[in-house]
Amino acid sequence: MMTNHGNRITQGQFSFLPDLTDAQITAQIEYALKNNFAVSVEYTDDPHPRNTYWEMFGMPMFDLKDAAGIMMEINNCRKTFPHHYIRVTAFNSVRGVESPAMSYIVNRPKNEPGFMLQRTETRGRQIQYTTRAYVTDKPAGERH
Amino acid sequence: MNKLSGKERYKSGVIPYKQMGYWDADYVPKDTDVIALFRITPQPGVDHEEAAAAVAGESSTATWTVVWTDRLTACELYRAKAYRSELVPNTGPGTKTEAQYFAYIAYDMDLFEPGSIANLTASIIGNVFGFKAVKALRLEDMRIPVAYLKTFQGPATGVIVERERLDKFGRPLLGATTKPKLGLSGRNYGRVVYEALKGGLDFVKDDENINSQPFMHWRDRFLYCMEGVNKAQAETGEVKGHYLNVTAGTMEEMYERAEFAKELGSVIIMIDLVIGYTAIQTMAKWARKNDMILHLHRAGNSTYSRQKNHGMNFRVICKWMRMAGVDHIHAGTVVGKLEGDPLMIRGFYDTLLDTHTPQKLEQGLFFEQDWASLNKVMPVASGGIHAGQMHQLIHYLGEDVVLQFGGGTIGHPMGIQAGAIANRVALETMILARNEGRDYMREGPQILEDAAKWCSPLKAALATWKDITFNYDSTDTADFVPVATPAI
Repeated sequence: MMTNHGNRITQGQFSFLPDLTDAQITAQIEYALKNNFAVSVEYTDDPHPRNTYWEMFGMPMFDLKDAAGIMMEINNCRKTFPHHYIRVTAFNSVRGVESPAMSYIVNRPKNEPGFMLQRTETRGRQIQYTTRAYVTDKPAGERH
Repeated sequence: MNKLSGKERYKSGVIPYKQMGYWDADYVPKDTDVIALFRITPQPGVDHEEAAAAVAGESSTATWTVVWTDRLTACELYRAKAYRSELVPNTGPGTKTEAQYFAYIAYDMDLFEPGSIANLTASIIGNVFGFKAVKALRLEDMRIPVAYLKTFQGPATGVIVERERLDKFGRPLLGATTKPKLGLSGRNYGRVVYEALKGGLDFVKDDENINSQPFMHWRDRFLYCMEGVNKAQAETGEVKGHYLNVTAGTMEEMYERAEFAKELGSVIIMIDLVIGYTAIQTMAKWARKNDMILHLHRAGNSTYSRQKNHGMNFRVICKWMRMAGVDHIHAGTVVGKLEGDPLMIRGFYDTLLDTHTPQKLEQGLFFEQDWASLNKVMPVASGGIHAGQMHQLIHYLGEDVVLQFGGGTIGHPMGIQAGAIANRVALETMILARNEGRDYMREGPQILEDAAKWCSPLKAALATWKDITFNYDSTDTADFVPVATPAI
């Protein structure tokens, strides 16, 4: 079990808050749409902090301007992958940004065993650190 | 006073700067000119246009007397030209302040070496600040032409890539400076780093004067800090960092420290402004080459940026540092313990973050500035801020900023982790409310109280610091606001 605040991985904008309700998620989507961000739903069962490319649950919804429609996609993803991490990412295409502008987790497995910090002693007092998620010892799809 | 030419102009002896060609009221600056705006307090009896011409002369080609060797050159081109001088509002007869003038001076781009802050500044703030004909002199702002900007690397990483590397979007980053600043052993120091990062901060930071002292040599610090960083990363599943200060007595030692930080896997290193412009530019090149974020602490700047009549405005430092290539710079908090008028600070932040800054006199931005695709610098707000001010911090500083709660994390009554949790919960709850469209500036205290109901560390933080404010008047304020901006 993870021993940090909330006993959970704390990636994303709102991991320190109680899990967002659908109404709260919808409000955040509305904020994204108001700012012309394209919203995307992504999922993974590999929570490593440097696992950049979560699987895309479809493409970013560039042309969907309806928060309820996007919320439906999130719920579809939850239904398909109930034990995966799911995050909502909003992309800003404005010159000078052209990068995600929001990212928050909306689904997570019940148990989050966390990470093993592997220390390899090297030269002198130096240590080489490797972070390994316990769950990724199992193959994809059999992790939660 | 007419401009002289030919034989008359080059007769040996001393003539006024205005007549030497350093004043030209009809001059229209070229798009490729560097323009500097100085605040000049002339010596009694010195005409302000002559003072402006003198500043133009002494910061470009002039010496005190006529020299015939000018005639071997295209001297008209190389002479800086003062083209405008006007009384600063609320100075001069009938006010409490002696007369000051804003002088606009244009420099041909070829006066400066490409890609060298040292060369640019050797002219613009070189001899001229000690010049007797002016009683006081302050460099207020500069317009840097796109062609010259393009000769600079700019921020090694920039805000966008920094966020992508750290996987942190849509909220300010959170940091803390390890305290006490001096005296902790490496082992004890790393404890603070670990606790704060595990609690929820993104970064912890060395202080400006932590280098390699008898109580903690740099290698020990680096080793223990990276143990803390990596352990916290594994405990939270988030990318974490500690700004390892590589400031040292020589470049060779700085390189050695930076290389060691890289070897240990640090995402960020840090330098102090006092190492000088060339050293800063050098480290920026190193950082770009080595995938490193470069944090700059502005140690020393207040010796010349704080007083309104002499020195230089901090917004000029912001411009130079964006050109020099740092990724972070301390740029004020508005509500904390250090100097900072809200409008002035907004001007600094815009200078660091905008792709294009329009002229905004009320923020002290005298020139429109196209930033020519130079990366954005992340402003850092540090010094006397706490969780109870979260709504104000987000309102004044926006989301592209590192909020550094040093005392506000480490001084928490329930410990360092609790301090970090309080800050992170306050931040996330306020961003959530802002995005929901709530009037978070007005409702801020209530939003925090509501979160404190389920988060006891936040409750304790609010109780400890709720009435702490730093209400002093700012010394560096706008000249173009009808009413003074109240300090918060």
